[in-house]
Amino acid sequence: MTKSGLIEEVAKRTPHISKKDMEVVVNTIFDSMIDALREGERIEIRGFGSFQVKIREAREGRNPKTGEPVHISAKRTPFFKVGKELKEKVDDSPDAVESAADSQA
Amino acid sequence: MTKAEIVEQIYERVGFSKKEAAELVEKVFDIIKDTLAEGEKVKISGFGNFVVRHKNARKGRNPQTGQEILLEARKVLTFKPSLVLKNILNEGDEESPDQPDGTL
Repeated sequence: MTKSGLIEEVAKRTPHISKKDMEVVVNTIFDSMIDALREGERIEIRGFGSFQVKIREAREGRNPKTGEPVHISAKRTPFFKVGKELKEKVDDSPDAVESAADSQA
Repeated sequence: MTKAEIVEQIYERVGFSKKEAAELVEKVFDIIKDTLAEGEKVKISGFGNFVVRHKNARKGRNPQTGQEILLEARKVLTFKPSLVLKNILNEGDEESPDQPDGTL
């Protein structure tokens, strides 16, 4: 499922709200989450999971092709920790379906 | 940030009532959860992909007792942040990430 698929699905379940408005809502959800992460804030969605920004330390890496050492700067990376409820639901899920919708994403 | 704060953002930025905004936020996360519970991945462009991955059974060890245990096959949810999100979190750093490889 893609974001547009998500928008469509919510719009279907809320017939009194236009798809266009639903699009704004879904975008606002993720935009506000991105804003929070940018501020270094932790996000906790009960029943779903939490997001947190962690810092990956700078390190010396190596160009795998040439073997040449390269400096890799420190960077911030978002991490997701799945909530208990969803973790259990996912474990009980049927075996991964490669939906037709995936290929057209 | 909690769900309540996301609701607040929708109330402020979009203008739905708080009650309505709360219902919509709830529905959005419910649909994401239901989709993942079906084993289907959810891809949010500009944010990241939530993917259900199958882990095979393997032998593990209780780190405290050293006793061998069998970890059963299971499915886990993983999140792969989009490049856009990773870049947003790192913009404005003096040490700009100008390395050609974006691999983690």
